[in-house]
Formats: sequence, C-alpha cells, structure tokens
Amino acid sequence: MSTETTQTTDEPAATGVEESQATAEDAVSATTMTLEIYRGDDDVGELVEYDVPVEEGMVVLDAIHWIQANEEPELAVRWNCKSGRCGSCSVEIDGMPSLACMKRLSEYDPETPITVTPMATFPVVKDLVPDVSWNYEVNETIEPFSPAEDADFEFYQEDVERAREFRKCIECFLCQDVCHVLREHDKKESYAGPRYLVRSAGLHFHPEDTADRTEWMKDDAGVGFCNITRCCSDVCPEDIEITDNAIIPQKERVVDEYYDPLRRLRSWLSGLW
Amino acid sequence: MTQDIETHETDVLVIGAGGAGLSAAISAAEQGADVAVVCKSLLGKAHTVMAEGGIAASLGNVEPADDWQAHFLDTMKGGWGLNDPTMAEIHAKESPERVRTLQEWGAIFDRTEDGDIHQRPFGGHRHDRLAHVGDRTGLELIRTLQDKAVAEGIDVYQECYVTNLLQTDDAVAGACGFWRQDGAPILFRAPAVILASGGLGKMYRISSNSWEYTADGHAMALRNGAELIDMAFVQFHPTGMVWPKSVQGTLVTEGVRGEGGILLNADGERFMFDYVPTEYEGSVAADEAEADRWVAGDEDARPPPELLTRDVVARAILNEVAEGRGSEHGGAYLDIANQRSADYIMQKLPAMVHQFRELAEIDITEEPMQVAPTCHYMMGGIRVDPETQETSVPGLYASGEVAGGLHGANRLGGNSLSDLLVFGNRAGVAAGEAVTGAETPQVDDSQVERYLAGLEAPFDTDPDRGVDPFDLHAELQAVMEEYVGIMRDEDRLSTGIERLESLQDRVENVRATGARTYNPGWEKCFAVENMILAGLAVAHAARAREESRGAHSRVDFPDPDEDWGNIELTVSMRDGEIHLDRDAVPEPRDELQEMLAADAGLEAEAE
Repeated sequence: MSTETTQTTDEPAATGVEESQATAEDAVSATTMTLEIYRGDDDVGELVEYDVPVEEGMVVLDAIHWIQANEEPELAVRWNCKSGRCGSCSVEIDGMPSLACMKRLSEYDPETPITVTPMATFPVVKDLVPDVSWNYEVNETIEPFSPAEDADFEFYQEDVERAREFRKCIECFLCQDVCHVLREHDKKESYAGPRYLVRSAGLHFHPEDTADRTEWMKDDAGVGFCNITRCCSDVCPEDIEITDNAIIPQKERVVDEYYDPLRRLRSWLSGLW
Repeated sequence: MTQDIETHETDVLVIGAGGAGLSAAISAAEQGADVAVVCKSLLGKAHTVMAEGGIAASLGNVEPADDWQAHFLDTMKGGWGLNDPTMAEIHAKESPERVRTLQEWGAIFDRTEDGDIHQRPFGGHRHDRLAHVGDRTGLELIRTLQDKAVAEGIDVYQECYVTNLLQTDDAVAGACGFWRQDGAPILFRAPAVILASGGLGKMYRISSNSWEYTADGHAMALRNGAELIDMAFVQFHPTGMVWPKSVQGTLVTEGVRGEGGILLNADGERFMFDYVPTEYEGSVAADEAEADRWVAGDEDARPPPELLTRDVVARAILNEVAEGRGSEHGGAYLDIANQRSADYIMQKLPAMVHQFRELAEIDITEEPMQVAPTCHYMMGGIRVDPETQETSVPGLYASGEVAGGLHGANRLGGNSLSDLLVFGNRAGVAAGEAVTGAETPQVDDSQVERYLAGLEAPFDTDPDRGVDPFDLHAELQAVMEEYVGIMRDEDRLSTGIERLESLQDRVENVRATGARTYNPGWEKCFAVENMILAGLAVAHAARAREESRGAHSRVDFPDPDEDWGNIELTVSMRDGEIHLDRDAVPEPRDELQEMLAADAGLEAEAE
C-alpha cells in the first residue's frame, strides 16, 4: 500500500517564503514540501505523493486543503474549526496521532516527505476519514448526568476546577486511536477507551451528580484493560492527564468497590475515590 | 421512484445540530414528538463549539441591578432599533431560564464567590451579563445539549447533507439530502421542519466560520418561498487573527477585551477613545484612568471604549490601518499582557493562550496579539414569527443564526448563544405542539425526481460542464470581499451584483469527478450554489440600503438616515429572481416604547 503514484520534479526554491497566495502557479517559486497521503478505503489504498507550496505559518490541514483545491477535489478529510477547538481533523502525521489543524509544517523536516494517514484504530471510510461511529455507541452506555431532585446548584469555583480538566475534551478520538488496547488488540467489545473514562470522570466530578458508575467502569467500560502506558495522555491536544487523573482513580474505585472490603469501607466512610 | 430511496417518517425534522438545532430537538421531543436531527458534520462539531465569550442572560448574579428590561434595551440599542421588538423582549425575558435549564442539564459554569453562575462584562452590555465557562462556553454548551439529546433518545443522522426542502401545496412536507459517507440519497417526510443550519460566513475569504457555514438554510428558504430580512447586516468581528496568513480570520474572543485587553495602533496610541459614537458618549469611560478603574472592578467607573459594539470597533481598526497606523501585519495590537497577570490570563483565557502559542508562536501573557476584522455572523436571516419561529411557509421553522429579527443591524456579543437557547426552545415547542395529531405528508414524486437529477448533475461528462467548484468558491470569496465587504458603495455593490450573477450562470455547469463517497468536490457544488444565491441577497439588500447603520457601512452614505430607521428590507424570490421589498419594522408595544424613550432620555442627561 505504499505505491507512490504522483511525483513532480520541482526543486524547492532556495529563497524562503513568498508572500503571495498559494496557487498552483506559485508552486514553482515557493518553497515546497512533500506530503504522502493515504488514498483509498478500508480494503484498498496507497500513499500518494503531493508537492505543496509552503507559506509561513501553514499547518498540515492547510496543505491538505491546497491539494483539494488544486489537484484532488475528491480527497476526503474531516475538519470544522481549524483552530484546535472541535476535534474533527484527527489524523496520523508520520504515524503520530495529531490534529491536522494544529501541526505546523515548519515542525517537520522539509527534505523528508510527511506522511498523513487516517486514524488506524477505526475502519477507513475514504482517504483520511475513518468511521468513528463505534465511539458514539460507547457514549450511549454511560449513565447521563443525574442530579438529586432537590439539587440547588450552589457550588464554587474550586468545584468547577476539579471537573474542568475532563470537560475540556474536544472528542477528537486521538486517545482512542493511540490506545493499544483498542489499536493493537482491538478490544472494542470490552474496553470503552480513554475518551469515555474521561467523560465519566467529568460526570463524577460534577458537584451535583449523584450517579454511581462503578459497575459501568468495571463491566461496560472495562477499565481494568488499561495498563497505564499513558499513550493517551501523550497525544491529548487538550493536555488532559487522562491516565493519571481520569483512568487510575476509576481503576482504584473499581478495586475498592469489588475487590477490597477494607478499602471499600474506608472509601465509603470518606466519600472519596 | 421515491420508494427506492432510504425514507424516514418523523414528526419534526431538525436541520442542524448546533445550539439551536439541539435545543429545538430536545424541546420538540419533550412535547412528545418524534424528532430526527440531521447534521453535516459529526455530532458535537457544529460551529457553536467555537463560541468563546459566554451566554448573555440577566441573571443579576454579579450586578443585581441587571434585569430583562436592561438586556432588552441594550439589545435594541446595539441593533440600531431594527430589531424585532417582540423577539428582543422574549429573548431578554427567557434567557436566564434557559441558562438555568442548561445548568440543570449538567453544564458547569464559572462561579461567583457565593456559588452562583458568574457573569462577565461584554461589549454593549451595561451590566456584567455573560454566563461563561472560561473561554470555552460553546464547547460546554454543545456537549451538554448533545448529552441531553442522546439521553432523550433523539435520532441523529450525522454527516448527512440536506440540500432540498419538500413542499406539498404551500406547506413543508420534509426534506431530502444525501449521506456524505456513501453519497446515497435520503428522504424525510415530516409535517414540521426546523431550519437550524447556521450562517453563511464561508462566502467571505477572511472568516471565523467553519466549512459548514455555506448558507444552505438561507438558500433553501428562499427557493421554497420564505423571506429573508436584514441581509445587509453581516457582522465583521473586530478581532480576528491576521498572522500567520493561514490562520487569518480565526477568532480572538471579545473576552480578551472584556478582561481588560486594550487596542493600540502602531504608534502605541490607545485609539478607541477617538471613535466613541455620540450615542455612546455617556456610557463609556472618559479616559484611561476611568477605564483602568473599571477593569479593577470599580462599579462607578464606565467600561473602556474597547468594549463598544463590534461594528464600531471593527470600523475603527480598519480606519487606523487605512490611515497608516496599522500593526506590522495590517491590523491593530491587542494587549492583555500588560493589563493582567500571566496567571489571570491563563485562568480566564486558556484557549486564547493555547491558540496563539500553537498557531502563531506568540505568548499572549508576554506580548500583544495582532487583530483585524473577520466575517463572523449574519444578523439577517429568515423572517419568522417572533413567538413561534414559524416562517411564512407553513410547517417550516427557523431558529438560531439562520433566522433574522432579533439582532437588527448589529448583534451584541453573548446574544448569539442566548438566541440559540431561547429560540431553539421556542421553535421546538411550537413545532412539537403543531404536529400533534398531524399526518405524515405525502411527497410529490416530481420534486424528488428533480432533486435526484440535481444530485447527479455535477457528474455529467458534457464538455460544457467544466466549472471547478473550488475555483468558483474562491472567486465568490474574492467578489464578496472586494465588492460586498465591510466598506461599501453603490458602484462596488452594482459591480458585485453583476459578478455574482455571472457566477450564478457558471454554477449551472459546476463539475464533480469520481464517486459520491465522501467527495468534498461534489459536496461543494451544492454549497457554492447556495452561497452565491445568499451572496446576491446580501448584495441587493446592501445596495438598496442607502445609509450606514450598524454593521452596514456605505462610504457614499456614511450616516444613519432617519427615513431608514424603521425599515427592514425583505428579500424573496419571484420567478427565479431576487426581489426586494421595504417593510416597516414591527412597532414595539407601548410599554416597550416608554422604556426605550426613558432610556434614551437618561443617556441624553448623562451626556
């Protein structure tokens, strides 16, 4: 799947960045970089090479958009906000799960082609677009926010801060992509993945939530499958400490609840994880 | 023919899954209606997610003096009196309740010291009014609504592009479109359809809007007999990023100025003091010392001129640039670093810190940003009944940015999220009630056949069909920027209309290649056609409106004209052509009239 079908011979220009708008005509005069992009579906595909004129500040998503507008109008990629807020443009850049809108081309060696491939953990719909519907199915298994009937919603900024880290999640699914339980072992039937342990943490830390999701954590989410490699935390574009702050406390809670009567009692008494 | 198409029957079809669409869907479902939501992107990615500053609602948690009357008056003043007064009243009265409801559904807002929802100041709001979640309010809002909709079991059709509305007699009968993932057509039969499809900002090159903002709702409404109002009023947000070029237009939240950020020109002058319109002279700090006191929390001080309404600030920045006092990259400097501590900035504006660090290699806690106006929001939109949000097409509703009326000639920051919640809810309730006992409408096969032929047309290999949709989109953006941009005049607008008409001819021959599966070129064929039609509506309304008011700036008519003070321009389609009518803006009821007069009198006194 690594046939290179497009090859141009334009030499990168020696003179830095041009001010002009990137169009096909400018390609010869501007600095160019080469991208190898996955083209195909879940069954058949290949890396195809494109030379893209580079302007200062360009991100990988800009390069993909340039290719769409100038060479391949059928090239499929998801995107929305183009400023790291919506989590749509998740891809793998040189194998690293990343948001294409937040990775500047200047971060990469201009002499080496940049490979852009779809998130490997999910089936490919087309090109850089994976089928992420499984994630939405997992989400539906989580008991939603459940306040007490007489909740007064009086709480303080320090309560907000405890929940905030988990509520920053933009659902880019990069953590799901990198998680080897899902990626290498394909345990989608057994393990909900980091994103949904972040969501349950966000609900748990809601000052007015009353639901007990421990059984979900143990049985549906399969929190025990995580073996704490912290890959998810490493790729999180929102810098959420997923493993340490979301997953490990839920592992401990499951252990307390199901496997350690003494700690269970202590935990129950303190009302804390 | 129709039986070959995947067909769904539902009571209420909601087109769009941003704040308005999800609010409408939840409220319609609460009425007992079967609801289907269709969205072009994945659920949770709608443009609402980008909203930064907050939700305007007169909760009075920070300033107890705030009430719905004050919010109403600020909204009317910000809209230069062109607002539909009933919508402005409903909006001001109902937004606090919608914010509380959102909290009950799980949204976690920043808090006051008393443990209540905190509220921040924002341009044009006389009190601290915006309920917020750091600078990620939109994310919290959409995630809360998304979770609520999922919990309610509402059917969501993701990555599904609705291109046509269906009608039986005059009434709406459903809609059809296609699944983006495989290109297969899909048809909905529904006695009520709610358009919550957002804006049209992708017709401009420098825009804060996402790819979805292609005027689909505006165009479908026009083609199906609904009316658009106030289309001249496109909001250019004063602070978009200007550098690097690849992120030009990306929004810098007004929250930066709300937290004390100041605007400087290349000479280091704080120029906004020179641009205070007479209408606002009594309500803005007289000098930097008073502005500083306001930032420090002095309740007797008036807010700094950086928090004037967006139309005023955008024009001021453009003027500084035009007169040679622009920043290095052609904007103004926006400085928070010297106004607030690094810790404070990190806590209040974390997303801005992140955005500038990652995209521009700038640490905003250390150095100023550079900003210039960016296309941000459409004040105008589909004319709706102020109570129910029903359009002039029976069964067709509109809410959120795609609807017109609430904001008049200029929208205040924070009034968009409250608009989504208040009128999304209203549309959902009204549609949900209206369909009780309604029959699923029959669908006219000939309309469906026309729709199917339209889907296939771009793949036609006729050699005349050779217009590239990406090129056409770029040309449209160039035309809109050059001829229908921020500063307008009759000659430019007339040229713009000619150019747009020629683009409209060429879009007939727009071409797609390959298969339908997730094909951006093919999808863009429909989007560009919609944007050209809506662009014409903007240009025609802008040419006819021979005055400057709010976001509409005519170089040849630089002042507001009293004769236009209560006129809204209505755009409709007659025999395939754009048609303009001058209609009177609805009169405020007596009590509101008196409030408006008293408020104007108080301000005159203050001056």
